[in-house]
Amino acid sequence: MTLLRSVPAASALAFAALVLAGFVLPDWAMFLVTMAFAKGLVALGIVGLMRGGLVSFGQGLYFCIGAYVSGLMANWTGITDIFLLSLLGVLAAGAIGTIFGPLLANYRGIFFAMLSLSLSMILYGALSKMTTLGGTDGLNVAAPTFLGYAPEGRPLGLALYLYTSAIVVLVGGLMRGLFNSQRGLIALAIRDNELRIEYLGASVRTAMAINYVIAAVLGGLGGVISGLAIGHVDPEFSFWTTSGEFVFVAILSGYLSIPAVFVGSILLEVVRSFSNLYFPNTWQLALGIFLLLVIVLLPRGLGSLTLRRRKAKEQA
Amino acid sequence: MSELALEAEALHKRFGAISAAEGITMGVPKGAIWSLIGSNGAGKTTFVNMVTGYVKPDHGRIAFEGRDITRLSPRQITRLGIRRSFQIPQLCAGLSVLENMLISLTINGEHPPSFWRPASHATEVDRAIDILERFRIADYRDRLMGELPAGVRKLLDIAMAMSGHPRVMLLDEPTSGVAAEEKYPIMDLVMEALSAEEVTILFVEHDMDIVTRYSQRVLAFYDGRIIADDAPDEVLADPDVQRYVTGEL
Amino acid sequence: MELFAVILVDGLIYGAWLFIVSVGLTLVFGVLNILNLAHGSLYAVGAYTTASAVGAYFAFGGDGFPIGSYAVMIIAAVLVAIVIGPLLERGLLRHFYGRDEVLAVLVTYGVFLILEDVMKLIWGVDPYFVYQPYDLLGSVEVGPLYYVSYDFLVIAVAIIVGLLVWFVINRTRQGKVVLAVIHDREMSQAMGVNVDRVFMAAFAAGVFLAALGGALTAPMISVSPGISVNVIILAFAVVIIGGLGSIEGAAIGAVVVGVARAASVHLLPEAELFIIYLVMAAVLVFRPEGLFQKTQARKI
Repeated sequence: MTLLRSVPAASALAFAALVLAGFVLPDWAMFLVTMAFAKGLVALGIVGLMRGGLVSFGQGLYFCIGAYVSGLMANWTGITDIFLLSLLGVLAAGAIGTIFGPLLANYRGIFFAMLSLSLSMILYGALSKMTTLGGTDGLNVAAPTFLGYAPEGRPLGLALYLYTSAIVVLVGGLMRGLFNSQRGLIALAIRDNELRIEYLGASVRTAMAINYVIAAVLGGLGGVISGLAIGHVDPEFSFWTTSGEFVFVAILSGYLSIPAVFVGSILLEVVRSFSNLYFPNTWQLALGIFLLLVIVLLPRGLGSLTLRRRKAKEQA
Repeated sequence: MSELALEAEALHKRFGAISAAEGITMGVPKGAIWSLIGSNGAGKTTFVNMVTGYVKPDHGRIAFEGRDITRLSPRQITRLGIRRSFQIPQLCAGLSVLENMLISLTINGEHPPSFWRPASHATEVDRAIDILERFRIADYRDRLMGELPAGVRKLLDIAMAMSGHPRVMLLDEPTSGVAAEEKYPIMDLVMEALSAEEVTILFVEHDMDIVTRYSQRVLAFYDGRIIADDAPDEVLADPDVQRYVTGEL
Repeated sequence: MELFAVILVDGLIYGAWLFIVSVGLTLVFGVLNILNLAHGSLYAVGAYTTASAVGAYFAFGGDGFPIGSYAVMIIAAVLVAIVIGPLLERGLLRHFYGRDEVLAVLVTYGVFLILEDVMKLIWGVDPYFVYQPYDLLGSVEVGPLYYVSYDFLVIAVAIIVGLLVWFVINRTRQGKVVLAVIHDREMSQAMGVNVDRVFMAAFAAGVFLAALGGALTAPMISVSPGISVNVIILAFAVVIIGGLGSIEGAAIGAVVVGVARAASVHLLPEAELFIIYLVMAAVLVFRPEGLFQKTQARKI
């Protein structure tokens, strides 16, 4: 068990398991996990904000920016390399986040949530009207290449899945490091008592802005992968209900455990797929009930399950 | 005359119809230990809040070691070396005593807080425990705030403020809510730790025994004004102070 | 100059409508401190209920007395309020009083998701049309333009609703109790105020106002899935601009947004979809708590 306490070891183990799973999973499941991981990255950004006490209801903004960057780059410049597209998506989202972060960092609670939501809706409105970018129909996204390797069919799905898994493990490990770091502890302290943090001499605003930019970057990364995996992007990526689902996953997972975020995201995708299949008109109903149950039964999220067990063990 | 650590010049502050400061003027020499007394609503905490930037005076000027700090934010003032404790301890309720202390050390460390250095690095943990031991609250290190006795919370609040090496320390009612037998030990501890570094101290206090025992000089507040300013015995013998502050007349 | 007048009239009509659909949201936030994401769904339920009720009214001989359909609309809104209001508030929301604001938002987000599909289950996905109340009053000439009289009825209703809410809160005994609860919940409780009842009544009033907005709107649009989503976003913008919990703020916010949108429709149609958020962002940059902000108590 001590091996799992070491972040690099746990990450390597997780990655090995994901790679093995990739060769067994059927195509639909692989796509599901790829999408769940991509959206999980966005949710992980929200989790980072939540640790500081903020919830963004507008991460669709960055998700959408990332997705459109992958689509437009392929259409305009012919770049299809996934590494390059990811980098560009991250840079674009990070740049926009750096502009808005310091502005939004002055706001708390509802105001922060709703302002971030309104930013994403501005993008939604703008994209819907821009016919050069496809308007409400959106754009098709060319299939990605992997450093010159251009798979099709199942190998493409597998390559995307493996790429996404690698990103998730890498980002997960980095975020664990961040959460455990001095900055990470300060974020938690801000959530509890901003006044005290200012009176100790640290800038709450800077800490919030940094968390926001990190969340933007993760949103962009998730967007790039989603756009490439679906092969199509449209303004719905920035719609507030899309953002609502990211918040849902973040709340479902809680801020105690990083793997819980991706497990939560897979859970949501599974619920969505099965509801779509068996109750095509009521998947939102299922989702809503699921959300209320989580809030009532697991107020600190899925991550609190493992923590509880660990605590029980330590006391025993 | 020695150099001044803190100066206030004609501070005025109104909250609606209530006047919380009406021409507060003082000059506190470096290394002095003064106390502020007065009934509730007399303007003591407002004064502390103005000095630390939490509220801005309507008029007047505040200077720290000759530098105007009137318009600075609490964080900037804290960074300059003015620290405060709170009447109601301001702690991070979701974190343990040790983590609260670590936060303080992290923010006030030699390097800016790191994105990768673990918060619970052994070096910082050892230093935090050192400080907790000095304040005799190390036994509570893993407890959350809700489970702590009032006295421990008070000490932690003060310890966090002091770990930033203040040059001026403002203590807002350091012994309120603390059991009678803990009062002197707390004050002894704080004074000992601060006097070693020649910190200028202002403390707000209701307990006149504490005031006479620890302060060199007493400022009595009433209705936003300073009505007496002298050595403890003189101030406590002042008829106005007895009428409006200590309630002996 | 003429364009200016047109923008103003269009803006007022749209602003009046916005006020009706958002005033309930700000009222609920002001009293319960819960930002209700399901507000738009309650509006939609009001619209659907009205569509069904008015449709039934005309199917069963209402043609002889068409003006009666207005009474049917109000009854539909009341019905929604007394069925859904207590159910939601007692059954769910009351467990979240005094807890994290954002958590409460998520709870109402869950309610929003559930109501969306429940509406589809009850009313299906095909649109409903109940144009009769809209055409009933004919049209009026304003300068060179014709307006449907119903649009001015909306303005009248907005003014009546605004005055009524203001009167109840500021001039009646019940209103004073509500103000006391807003000011200090624990203290009011200690003074013998039945806070539970105040919350229940305030929430039911909020539901009624949302449903009334839906009822008024039903004759103007095709009632179909998705109407709630747009309304909630608009209502948010309005109440945030005005200052959460402020009735006057909602009124001014609604007019500002209404005129801004009308101006955009006539001058810069591309911006119509997001002008509201631009206004909101601009207001918040200068007044972070909205135009009418609550004063904050000293914390230390």
